[in-house]
Amino acid sequence: MDEFEVVIIGAGPAGSCAAYRLAREGFNVLLVERANTPGSKNVFGGRIYSYPLTGIFPDFWKEAPIERYVTQENMVFMTESNSVTMKFDSSSPEGVSAQSFTVLREKFDSWLAKKAQDAGALLITGTRVDDLYWENGRIAGIVAGPDTVRGNVVIGADGVVSTFAQKAGLRRELTAKELSVAVKQTIKLPEETIEDRFNLSKREGAAYGFVGYASGYLRGGGFLYTNKDTVSLGVVVSAEDLALRKKEIFEIMEDFKLHPSIQKLVRGGEVIEYSAHMIPEMGINTLPALFKDNFLAVGDAGGLLINHGYTYRGVDLAMISGVSAAEAIVQARQKGDYSKMGLSAYPEILRKKGVMKDMVAFRRTPRFLQNARLFTAYPRMVCDFFDRLYTVDGKGKEKVFDIGKKEILGKVSIFKMLRDMLGGFKSV
Amino acid sequence: MRFLETSPKVKPATDGLKIAVCLKQVPKGEHLQIDPVRKTLKREGVESEINPADRNAVELALQLKDEHGGEIIALSMGPPTFVRSLETAIGMGVDRAVLLSDRALAGSDTSPTSYALAETITRFGRSGLIICGEETSDSSTGHVGPGIAGHLDIPQITYVIDAKVKDGKIIAQRAVEFGFEFWEASLPALLTVKFGCNRPREPTLTRKIKAKRGNVIQIWSARDAALDTSRLGLEGSPTVVSEIETVDLPSRRGEVFTGDTKETVSKLLNRLKESGFIRG
Repeated sequence: MDEFEVVIIGAGPAGSCAAYRLAREGFNVLLVERANTPGSKNVFGGRIYSYPLTGIFPDFWKEAPIERYVTQENMVFMTESNSVTMKFDSSSPEGVSAQSFTVLREKFDSWLAKKAQDAGALLITGTRVDDLYWENGRIAGIVAGPDTVRGNVVIGADGVVSTFAQKAGLRRELTAKELSVAVKQTIKLPEETIEDRFNLSKREGAAYGFVGYASGYLRGGGFLYTNKDTVSLGVVVSAEDLALRKKEIFEIMEDFKLHPSIQKLVRGGEVIEYSAHMIPEMGINTLPALFKDNFLAVGDAGGLLINHGYTYRGVDLAMISGVSAAEAIVQARQKGDYSKMGLSAYPEILRKKGVMKDMVAFRRTPRFLQNARLFTAYPRMVCDFFDRLYTVDGKGKEKVFDIGKKEILGKVSIFKMLRDMLGGFKSV
Repeated sequence: MRFLETSPKVKPATDGLKIAVCLKQVPKGEHLQIDPVRKTLKREGVESEINPADRNAVELALQLKDEHGGEIIALSMGPPTFVRSLETAIGMGVDRAVLLSDRALAGSDTSPTSYALAETITRFGRSGLIICGEETSDSSTGHVGPGIAGHLDIPQITYVIDAKVKDGKIIAQRAVEFGFEFWEASLPALLTVKFGCNRPREPTLTRKIKAKRGNVIQIWSARDAALDTSRLGLEGSPTVVSEIETVDLPSRRGEVFTGDTKETVSKLLNRLKESGFIRG
């Protein structure tokens, strides 16, 4: 039977970063990936925040397959016919000091996995791990088809619907309440067309969040990211709402794509990829235990995602948690103890790297984002306000305050709105 | 049943069945592209895989080994990237592999290829069986298997869908246009295997680990295989490609009929009648 010090399930950002760090410390590491190419099995909006990478690969921006540096942030309130955009331009220089960048995951994950391989980890692709291997009630490796491979420690880095965190007994199955469904199209457009339409220079990129019509007024939203010569366009909608309203996500996606504001951006493009996936919206309140004897969960498998409503973070937390798990394992080896006790530095390291702080700070956000008014009444209110503001029809112009008052009254009670605003400021 | 026998250049194996499987790495079917200028198949930067029929060849070899024991050596010829296909073969259960890789081999047509593979196989020592796919999906000549048999002067059975070894002989079922033939041959012999005749097994985790860490894949130069370089590459290739034609398919004329069901159906029927597809 083959034996490794650490077996990692899943060669995504979390798994590969853990493998990289461990291999650099001289560990005998096996990294097993279900897809033939790392990164080809996930759905991902498009943006990664730079800060964890600078800590792991200081020169990443010279070699990582970066599509564009995000220099333009857009928040769009949308109704059937109108949209109001808040745009933030940052002239942040590209390269190492850029805050975030867009990637295509097949390229990015393959690059990360290659880094782990070059450091000495053994990457095996195209293999699905079926089960954990138990010995005397403790996790002692993995089972794949007819084969068992032993590992002193197993890292579950198998993503959002992590079966291994469940098999290890760390978390229960998620309910529809805690899940959103995401669909995404990758749309090919010439580089220059993207730069013209989005008003970008070479290497500059735009990020968009859409609220309201984008998700069919259900809880969720739309997103758009510009890559080098493609645009990632998608929607994320609460699984619970989809089930309750009996709506199909692909119809919402089609409607969103046909919206005049979106058509202006993507028309003429060729859809080269269509994908769908589940996203957990748990927050720290439902965050599972992250480790036990001989086992750690990292990245999405550990529930480490933050949805602020205005930013989605997952890959950055995945990379940090991968490295943190690796560092905990290094300490455990020094102690010669891979039990829960031996691995207990893991949450400590996560805390030091700021992950837990963010998760705790934004613990109220998931509940705040459950508020349906955010996705129905408010986007319409914003759009209608501006619609009236800019309407000149000779019938006499109203004052801004009056328009605002009219738009709000009759739609949402002032009290509810104040409460939502307060809740919002506190939680995001 | 017909019988083939000759006096071969390779001696039959005495200790269990020794099988050499030849395989090629080819561009994946759905990624086939023709270089518009050079009019040849694009091979670089295109996703590739084991030639589909060669996978069936590997599977047949594994089935024979499951029954008779012995050793399987996979052999391929091409650039170092072909190691990937040899890893897959090891993953499936092949014992070890040799990649013949040398600049001197570049541009070889099927004649030097058969020569080089045949010579390399003699360096493996005694062999019982040599198994190839019927043909490759990227050039479809079907020359190389028979070419190897010719160089080694051993019996060959082509388009095999199943085979058994009995009393030191191979009995193979061969697909022909309207049925099957059964052929028997003395060992050593060469088989070419029909695409799709069996279900190739999937590589397993332990075997994949062996492929990466087991030190079971060797890369040989032309010199390692003691090849006569004057017989290799473009120089040793008699084939001259006079022209390659790429055929552009005529574009389809789509037509969409609108209206209620009854109306659109009759519009469609009329259109089909007008075009002479149906009689009305």
